[in-house]
Amino acid sequence: MNNVVYLFASIAVMAGVTYLIRVLPLAVFRRKIQSKFVLDFLYYVPYAVLAAMTIPAVFSSSNSLISAAAGFIVAVVLSFFERGLLLTAVSACAGVFLAELLLKASG
Amino acid sequence: MKKLSFLNGLNDGIPIALGYLSVSFTFGITAVNMGIPPLAAILISLTNVTSAGQVAGIGIIAAGGSLAEMAAAQFIINLRYSLMGLSLSQKLDGKYTLFHRITTAFCITDEVFAVASGQTADIPPRYMYGLQLLPYLFWSGGTAIGAFLGSVLPDAVKSALGIAIYGMFLAIIIPPAKKSRGVLFTVLFAAGLSCCLANFPAISSGISIIICTIAAACAAALLFPRKEAVHDE
Repeated sequence: MNNVVYLFASIAVMAGVTYLIRVLPLAVFRRKIQSKFVLDFLYYVPYAVLAAMTIPAVFSSSNSLISAAAGFIVAVVLSFFERGLLLTAVSACAGVFLAELLLKASG
Repeated sequence: MKKLSFLNGLNDGIPIALGYLSVSFTFGITAVNMGIPPLAAILISLTNVTSAGQVAGIGIIAAGGSLAEMAAAQFIINLRYSLMGLSLSQKLDGKYTLFHRITTAFCITDEVFAVASGQTADIPPRYMYGLQLLPYLFWSGGTAIGAFLGSVLPDAVKSALGIAIYGMFLAIIIPPAKKSRGVLFTVLFAAGLSCCLANFPAISSGISIIICTIAAACAAALLFPRKEAVHDE
């Protein structure tokens, strides 16, 4: 198969499958769900997804485990005191950056 | 109850957009390193808007994988979006017609979903458009910058930006975990299981997320059922 055709066909399949997964539940389920269990399940879904995506991946998000752990601790503390999404994310980056500077300076 | 405006959405989208800038930037660099042309990398971000699925996708393209393999991988890795769509469909207000569902479905991401489902009020279409606009532009823009200019940034800066998205995730899940034992349980259960599954190379990150999500949310729904008639909190 021609390279360019393969590239575009692959991207089309990627985009098509991803969009269908997103649009079908949103477009088809027009009624409110009655089951208490399903509603509770769906309520907990985002927290489960984000926790599973964050841990343990966060610890390999920078050049070293130590700097990533430093950034993680900064993010946990700021989140605990509810300082908002943006400040928490930027502070975590700063934490990683400073930890790596310190690591370099100490050898 | 406060009505959510387009500007509320735009404002809530800023931190997501900034988080995406670093992730999509990294994606742009990775794609070009794998031999994907910069314009194709940008086209992927414009049409997919999902991190895990895109990274897996360029890996399959680089390896010359079949279209069937691509479809199966995307289905499994992105299956969580259907759970989110299902959850979100319960929170949309009366103005949310089929047209708005078809357009906004395109840009339902983990972060957009998390912020939208954290709202106490029902969600009107205008809020969702505002919420999605900047993250979409920054996701595509960051990919373009990464694909064309990746080699310019010093390594220390690239390394520090990698944690931005996770910092944002933590800021979304920790405050409600302080107030609700069910949420705390869900977070700890999912994180613990995710650490266990990370030891098995055969389980990809996409599959791991699906397993952890279903297990943790099921267990929480059984052990910590929420009180009747509460819409949120």
